[in-house]
Order: sequence, then C-alpha cells, then structure tokens
Amino acid sequence: MASAAPVDNESTLVAQLRAGDEQAFEQVVRLYGGRLLAVARRIVGTEEDARDAVQDAFLNAFKSLDRFEGNAKLSTWLHRIVVNAALMKLRTRKRKPEQSIETLLPGFLEDGHHEERFKSWDEPIDQLMERAENRELVRKQIDALPEGYRTVLVLRDIEGLDTEETANVLGLSVNATKIRLHRARQALRTLLAPHFRSAAS
Amino acid sequence: MKCRELADFLMDYVSGELPQESRAHFEFHLSKCKNCHAYLVQYEVTIKAGKIACDEMSDEMGAIPDELVKAVLAARQKT
Repeated sequence: MASAAPVDNESTLVAQLRAGDEQAFEQVVRLYGGRLLAVARRIVGTEEDARDAVQDAFLNAFKSLDRFEGNAKLSTWLHRIVVNAALMKLRTRKRKPEQSIETLLPGFLEDGHHEERFKSWDEPIDQLMERAENRELVRKQIDALPEGYRTVLVLRDIEGLDTEETANVLGLSVNATKIRLHRARQALRTLLAPHFRSAAS
Repeated sequence: MKCRELADFLMDYVSGELPQESRAHFEFHLSKCKNCHAYLVQYEVTIKAGKIACDEMSDEMGAIPDELVKAVLAARQKT
C-alpha cells in the first residue's frame, strides 16, 4: 500500500503541481487516491461510479489549483472536491427501489417494550476506536447497510451535510431523509452490537 | 411513554430537537428503563464510531488501483 503519511512539505508539492510537474501529479494521485476512492465508494456504492467520481475530482482539482489556499490541507481540499463529484453522480442517477431494512431495526412486544435485552457496551468509544480492527469493522458494516440508507448515513453523519442538502441531493423529502437516517443508525447499531457488547454482561 | 415511542424520539432527543414536554417524558422513561438507556448509549456510540472510522485523514483505506492512476494522468494530459 502506498504510504499516505502527511506530506512534510505540502507547499512544495503544490508549487510543483502549479508548475505542471508530471511526477507531482502522479505523486498526489497515489498519495490521496486510495482514501478518496474509499470516500466516493461509500457515497455512490458502485465501483464504476466511484472511480469516475475520483477521476472527475482529480481533473477538477488540477484545473483549479490556483483556488487552493495554502492554509488549507491538500487532503481536506481534495476530500471536499471528491464529495462534490460523488454527489453529482448521485444526482444524475436513477433512483433504485428502496431496500428493506426491517430485520435490522429493533423489535417490540405488544405492550411496547423492546423484544431484546441490550447488553451494554462498556468499553469507552475512544478506546474502542483506537483499534484499527474496529475502525475497519465499522467501515465494513456501513458498507453493508442497504443502499438508500447507507447514503443518507454517510452524507449526514460522516460528510456532515445537513438534512436539507441531503434531501436535495437524493431527491427525498426532508421527513423521509430524517426517517432514513434514524433507521440507518439503528441498523448500524444492530450490526455493531455482536462485536461491541461486553463479554462479561 | 413506552420503549417503542422512546426509540422513535431518539434522533430528535440526540440532536436536541425534542420539545420540552416530550423531553421530560423521554427522560423520565430513561431514568426508569435500563434497557432504553443502554440503547440510547449505543445509538450515540454508533454515530461517533462511524465518524471516527471514516475520518478523511485516515490512511487505512487502501491504495488506488494502478489503472485508475493511469486513467487520471492520461485524462489530465488530454485536457
């Protein structure tokens, strides 16, 4: 795997890009391409659209290098551009029928109580997420969410779009977007539970 | 308020959008019901876990396929 350690001298790299240095372009694509592809995949859900979005993003970025401000991080700037490219893909795509998520939502008894007794997750979040295997697990389970739900969760909780922006991009009502986000979070909780619950309880 | 309703109101509660009166009912139920309390904690952990796992600065996302690197560089030269 290509190293994506922070570039010590980002301004040198940016200067090389602005000067049209061919090697600098390749360096940037290799350095940041992997994580940008992961971001795009998570939003658009298909490999083909994700790769298109990454290519569009790099081309856009290279064309607008003069708009990159030195006080921002190159990775943050590229991240924003790839999110926009992925959103463009979503906007132009035909909507797929909504997949079922029912089996991942909590069940209730007739009297309104939860069917399940939730075993507590005792380990603090910071400690849990310090381990690379847990971060990997969470990413995998997000990817496993049904399409329309994963997209809402990623745009709202990870990319930080607000409800209205998310609703606009996906062609949903604000209310439907809220319901989907809530269900997506509940479903992700269900998927994480077997891994995060305390062994002792 | 029943556990079922509490689950419905969870998102508004977490984002601070639950109106005062419902909020009081919500918190009263929560103080009595360990199961709903555990569920609320896990709901919040889930949101944070997603954010941390997908941090844009993370370099754990794998490398970019070689053919995509070539495609990007070739497309750039054409523009």
